[in-house]
Amino acid sequence: MSTAAQSTPAPAPSAPSRRPRRWTGSLARHLTVWVIGAFIVVPLGYAVLSGFKSTGDLSRDPFGLPSPWRGSNYTGILTSDTFWRQIANSAGIAIATTALTVGVSAMAAFAFARYAFRGREMFFTLFAMGLMFPFAVAVLPLFVLLRAFGLLDNPLGVVLPQAAFGLPMTIIILRGFFRTIPAELEEAATMDGCGRFGFFWRILLPMARPALGTVAVLATVTSWNNFFLPLLVLSQPRWQTIPVGVQQFQGQYATDYALVLAYIVLAMVPALAFYAVAERQLISGLTAGATKG
Amino acid sequence: MTSGPPATPGASAPATSTPGAPPGDAAAPDASTPDASGATVPARSAARPRRLRRWLSSAWFLIPALVLFALFVLLPIAIAGYAAFFRWGGFGPPSEFVGLDNFTRMAGDPIFRGDLWRGLVLVLLSLVLQLPLAVGTAVLLNGRMRGRAVYRMVFFAPYVLSEVVTGVLFGMIFLPGGGLADHLVEDLPLLGGLAGRWFSDPSTAMPTLFLVMTWKYFGFHMMLYLAGLQSIPGEVLEAASIDGAGAWRRFRHIVLPLLGPTLRISVFLSVIGSIQLFDLVWVITAGGPSHSTETMSITMFQYGFKRYQVGYASAISVAMFAISLVFSLLYQRYVLHRDLRGAVTAPGAPR
Repeated sequence: MSTAAQSTPAPAPSAPSRRPRRWTGSLARHLTVWVIGAFIVVPLGYAVLSGFKSTGDLSRDPFGLPSPWRGSNYTGILTSDTFWRQIANSAGIAIATTALTVGVSAMAAFAFARYAFRGREMFFTLFAMGLMFPFAVAVLPLFVLLRAFGLLDNPLGVVLPQAAFGLPMTIIILRGFFRTIPAELEEAATMDGCGRFGFFWRILLPMARPALGTVAVLATVTSWNNFFLPLLVLSQPRWQTIPVGVQQFQGQYATDYALVLAYIVLAMVPALAFYAVAERQLISGLTAGATKG
Repeated sequence: MTSGPPATPGASAPATSTPGAPPGDAAAPDASTPDASGATVPARSAARPRRLRRWLSSAWFLIPALVLFALFVLLPIAIAGYAAFFRWGGFGPPSEFVGLDNFTRMAGDPIFRGDLWRGLVLVLLSLVLQLPLAVGTAVLLNGRMRGRAVYRMVFFAPYVLSEVVTGVLFGMIFLPGGGLADHLVEDLPLLGGLAGRWFSDPSTAMPTLFLVMTWKYFGFHMMLYLAGLQSIPGEVLEAASIDGAGAWRRFRHIVLPLLGPTLRISVFLSVIGSIQLFDLVWVITAGGPSHSTETMSITMFQYGFKRYQVGYASAISVAMFAISLVFSLLYQRYVLHRDLRGAVTAPGAPR
C-alpha cells in the first residue's frame, strides 16, 4: 500500500512532488488516514456486527465476531409492517418535499435570474436571509400554526414547512445556474413563438438538469433525516417516519441492545445507499450551498 | 401577505420613473426581451394597471415561493415575536400581556445562561479541535494517495446519516457498563477512569457529546476544505517549491491564506449549527444529566412542549433568532465582506 504512491509518475494537478516521496512519509500519511477511518468505521461496524448477536452475547463479548450468526434480529425487523410503513412514510414525505421545493424554487429562481421587476432585490434578500434562520427558531410557533390549520397528523404538515425552509438554499443555487444560460437562447425561443412559461418549461428546465439533480438530492436527504418536525406533527404511528421510528423503537426495546442496533443499521441502509448513488450531486450541492450562501 | 408588491413601500427599484424600460440593473440578461403585455403605446392614464400587469408577467413565477415562505417561515417567526410578550399556555389566542417579563426571566435563568455558555464551548471546541482535523484531513486527501476516493467517501458518510440514528448508536456505544466505549477504555491507563461515565456524568457529558459531533460533522467540513483546496492553482504551489519552500511553509503561507474564504464559511456554519443543535442531544441525553448538555433548542422545547409555557419558550425562540441574525449580520459585515465581493459568491449583478 505504502510503496505504490511513489511508483506512478502521473502528473498530479495540485500536489507537486518533484522529489520522489520517501516511503516513511507515505506510511505516516496512510497511518493517519487509517486512524481517522477507524474512528469513523468502528462504530458503524460495531452496530452491524452487534445486530447479528443476541443481547446476551453482545454484553458478554462486544468486540468479537458473532459466534453463532443470528439473523433473527434483522429478519424480524424486515418482516414487520412497522418498519416498512416508516420507510414508506419517509420516502413519500421526502419525494413530496423534493418535488415541491424544487418546483417552486425553480420558478422563483427563474424570475430572479432572468427578469427585472420592481422589488426583485428586496425579495431576493428576503429569501437569502432565510438561510440564517435556524429551523429550531420557528418550530414552536409552526406547531401552533399547523394546529390552527388542522395539519397535525397530516403529512402535509411536514411537507409544506420543510419545503418552505428548503427554499432559500435551493433558490440561491438555481439562480446562480440559470444566470449562466445565455440570453440569446431565450430570444431565439421567443422569436419561435415560445412564451415565458414555455421557455422555462421546455428549454430552461431540461438544460438545468444537473443543477436540478443537485438540489433535489439535497432536499431529499434533508427531508429523509428530519426529526424535529415529524416528531411534533406526526404523533400517530400511522404516519411516523424512520427517524421518529428509530427513537420510538429505542424507547420501546431499551434493554434489547442488539435488536435496537439492528434497527439502526437497517434504518441507515437507505440513506447510505442513496449516498452511494448520488454522492456527486450531494457533495456538489452542499459545497455550492455553503459557499454561495 | 407580502404578495402585493406594486404598493410595497420599501421596493427599491432604481428605474421606476421611466415606464418604457424595464426597471432593474442593466446587467439583467433580459433587457432586450419583448414586453409580454404587448402594449407599447405610452399612455399616461393607463400606466398603473399596465405596470401591474407587466410586474405580474415577470413576478408571478415568484408567487408560489413567496406564499410558502411567508406562511411557513415568516409568519411563525412573527408569531414567536408576538407570543414572547405574553404568558401563554399555547391554547387559544394569547391574552395575558406581560411585557418584557419573559425576557427578564430568561436573562436571569441559569439554564438559559448555561445554554449560551455551552454553545460557546461547543463553538470553541470545534474551532480548536474539529477545524484543524478537517483541514488536515482535507490536505492529506488532496494529495496523491492511493484509495483517497474511498477515504473521502467514508469520512463523509456520517454526515449523511440522520442525527437520530447517530444519537441512538452512540447512546448504545457509550452505555455505562457493557457499551463498546467502556470495553475499549477500561484497561487503558489514563482513559480507564472514563469507563461508566461518558454521558452519565455531568463533567464528561459535554466532551463526549463533542466527540460524537466530531464524528458526525467533521467530514462535511473536510469536504468544504477539499473543494477550497481544489480551487488553489497548482502552479502557485509549484513555484513556491521551486523557490525552496518546504511542505509546512507552502501550507502556512500559501494554502492557508487561500483557504481563507472556506475557513470563514466553515466557522460560520459551525456557529449556526451549534445554535440550533437539537436532534442529536435530544436523542442521546435530552439535555441531561442535570442540564450539562442542554442547548437553547432543548430548553425551548422543554418549556414549549413539556411544560406548556409557550410564551416563555417563544421568548427563547426570539433570542435564538436574534442571536443568529445579529451574528450573521456582523459576521457578514466584518468577516465575510471581502469574500462576498469576490468570485465565490454573486456571480453576476451585485445584490
